[in-house]
Amino acid sequence: MARYLLMRLGQALVIVILVTLITFVILHFLPGGAARAILGKEATLEQIAAFNHEMGYDRPLWEQYALYLQRLVRGDLGYSFQLNQSVAEAIGQRLPKTMLLSLASTLLAVVVAIPLGVVQAVRRNKWPDYTINAASLLAYATPIFFMGLMMIILFSQVWPILPPEAPQGFTLAEVLGDPAGLVLPTLTLAILTVAVYSRYVRSSMVDNLNENYVRTARSKGLSEGRVIVGHTLRNGLFPVITLLGMYLPALFSGALVVERLFNYPGMGLLFWQSALKRDYPILLGVTLLISVATVLGALVADVLYAAVDPRVRLKAGRS
Amino acid sequence: MTTTTSVQEDEAPVRAMWRQGLEVFCENRLALVGVAIFALLAAFSFLGPIFYHTDQVHTDLAKVFLSPGTAGHPLGTDGVGYDQLGRLMVGGQTSIVVGLAAGLLATVVGTVWGAIAGFAGGWADAVMMRVVDAMMSIPALFLFMLMASIVTPTVPMLIVIIGAFAWLGPARLVRGEALTLRTREYVMAMRGMGGTGGRAVRRHIIPNAIGTVTVNATFQIADAILYVAYLSFLGLGVPPPAANWGGMLSDGLSDTFSGHWWLLYPPGIAIILIVLAFNFIGDGLRDVFEVRLRRR
Repeated sequence: MARYLLMRLGQALVIVILVTLITFVILHFLPGGAARAILGKEATLEQIAAFNHEMGYDRPLWEQYALYLQRLVRGDLGYSFQLNQSVAEAIGQRLPKTMLLSLASTLLAVVVAIPLGVVQAVRRNKWPDYTINAASLLAYATPIFFMGLMMIILFSQVWPILPPEAPQGFTLAEVLGDPAGLVLPTLTLAILTVAVYSRYVRSSMVDNLNENYVRTARSKGLSEGRVIVGHTLRNGLFPVITLLGMYLPALFSGALVVERLFNYPGMGLLFWQSALKRDYPILLGVTLLISVATVLGALVADVLYAAVDPRVRLKAGRS
Repeated sequence: MTTTTSVQEDEAPVRAMWRQGLEVFCENRLALVGVAIFALLAAFSFLGPIFYHTDQVHTDLAKVFLSPGTAGHPLGTDGVGYDQLGRLMVGGQTSIVVGLAAGLLATVVGTVWGAIAGFAGGWADAVMMRVVDAMMSIPALFLFMLMASIVTPTVPMLIVIIGAFAWLGPARLVRGEALTLRTREYVMAMRGMGGTGGRAVRRHIIPNAIGTVTVNATFQIADAILYVAYLSFLGLGVPPPAANWGGMLSDGLSDTFSGHWWLLYPPGIAIILIVLAFNFIGDGLRDVFEVRLRRR
C-alpha cells in the first residue's frame, strides 16, 4: 500500500508541475505580453518596464519560472488590478460556494444514480433498462444551460414553488440561509452527473453479475435480492469511487455553466466575469487552482479505491 | 495468373467484411435513426438555403420578434429581424462544420500521439502520457474560455481551440490499444524482419485501433457540438452576423420570459437531435467493430 501511495503521489506531483508549466506558458503568450495584459491598455512604457522588473519578467525564462513557482508555493497567485484584490483572496471568497454546489449535486447524483444503475443492470435489456438509458442519453445530449432553463420555466413559472435565481449571499453562511435558491442549481448540475454515473454503475454491475462468485451465491440458493445486495453491490460500486475522481473536471465545467445561468456567486461566475474583462491574473489563478483540485481529487479517489479494493494496489505494484 | 488470384483472394474477404459490418450496423435500428437525423439536419442546413432565401447579414429592425406564421416568416423573426428558419440553416452549418472538423482534428492528433506513446513505451510514453494527464486535469471549459479570451473566436479558431484539447481522450484510448498490440506476434514478427517502429505504428497499430477510434470519433463530434454551444452561452462564440445553434439557443434564453418561445426551442431541439444522432451512430459502429473482434 505504501508503495502504491508513493507512486501515485509522485505521479500527482509531476502532473501539478506540468499544469503550472502550462499556465506559465499561457501567461507569456498573452496579447502584448503579461505586463500589458495585466496593467491594461493605458499603461505607459515606464510602468510596463517597472512592472516587468518588479515581477522579474526581464530575467531569463527559466529564472522566471522558478520565481513563478516560488510565488505559487507561498500562495501568491498574483494581483487583480481590476478587482483591486489579490487573486488568492478573490478566489477564497468564492471557492466555498462552488464547493457547496459541487458537493451537494454530487451527493444527490450518487444517491440517485446508484439505484438507477443497479435496476438497469438487474433488469438489463428490458424496459426499465431501456427507459432509464433513453432518459440519461437525453440528459447527456441537452446543453446544461438549456436543461437549467427548462427547470426554471417548470418550477418558477409554470408551477412557481422555487426561486429562479441562486442565493446572492456573499458568505457561505448567507448562501446556506437561502436553501430554496440552491435547489434548482443543484438539481441542474446533478442531472447531467446522474446520466454519466448511472451508465457507469450499470456496466460495472453487469460485469460483476457475470462473475463466478455470483453464480456460486445463486447456486447456494440465495434469493436474488440477497445475491445483489449482499454480494454484488459492494464489488460493483467500488469503481464508482474512481469515477468520482475522474468526473471532477466535467463537474467543474458544469458548475461554471450553472453558476453563470443562475447567477450564483461562486468561482465559475468569477471566472466568467474575468474572461469577459480579460482579467488574466484571475483567469490563470482559477485555472491553476481548479486543476490542482482535480489532481488532488483524482488522487484521493484512487487511494480510497486502493484502500477498499486490494486487487487494485496489487496490480499496480506488480506492473 | 498467380498475382490475379491472390488479388481476388485479398479483395473478397475485405468486401465481405464491409458488407457484414454494414449488416450489423443496419440491425441497430437506432443507428439508422441517427444516420437519418444527421442526413436530414445536414440537408436542412446546407441545401435549405438554396430553396429558402433569407437575408442573414442585414438586420431589419422593422421586423423584430414577429410570431411564427407571419407572412414570409414561418418560424418568425428574432430580436434584430433575422428570419428564424433561415437562421437555423445558417447556424446549423456552423455547428455541423465545427463539430465535424474539431472532432476529426482531435481524433487524428490523439491517434498519432497515443500510437507513438504506446508503441515507444518507457520514458517517452511516461512523459507523453503525463502531458495528457496534466491537460486533462484542467477542466475543458475553463481552458476553452481562457483560450477564447486570448484570441478572437472565429470558426477556424473555434475548431482549433476545441480540437487542441479534445484529443486527450482518443490519445489515451489509442495508447491503451497500442500497448496490447505491440506485443502481438505479427507485430513482433514484422519487427524481427527489420521493420521500423514507424512502420509498426502506420501499418499495424493505427489500422487495428481504427475501430475504437472511429467509435470514439463520433462521440467526439457530439461533444464538440456541445462545446460550441457552451462557449456561445458563455459569450465567447462566433460574433454576429455569424450564427450557430448554441449561440441562437443562448440568445433565446433571454427571450423566453417575453414569450418568444420560437427563439428557444427550435435551436435547443436541433442541438439535442444532432448530439443524439452522433451518439446513436457511435453505438451502431461499436456493434460493428465489437462483432468483428468477437468472431476473430
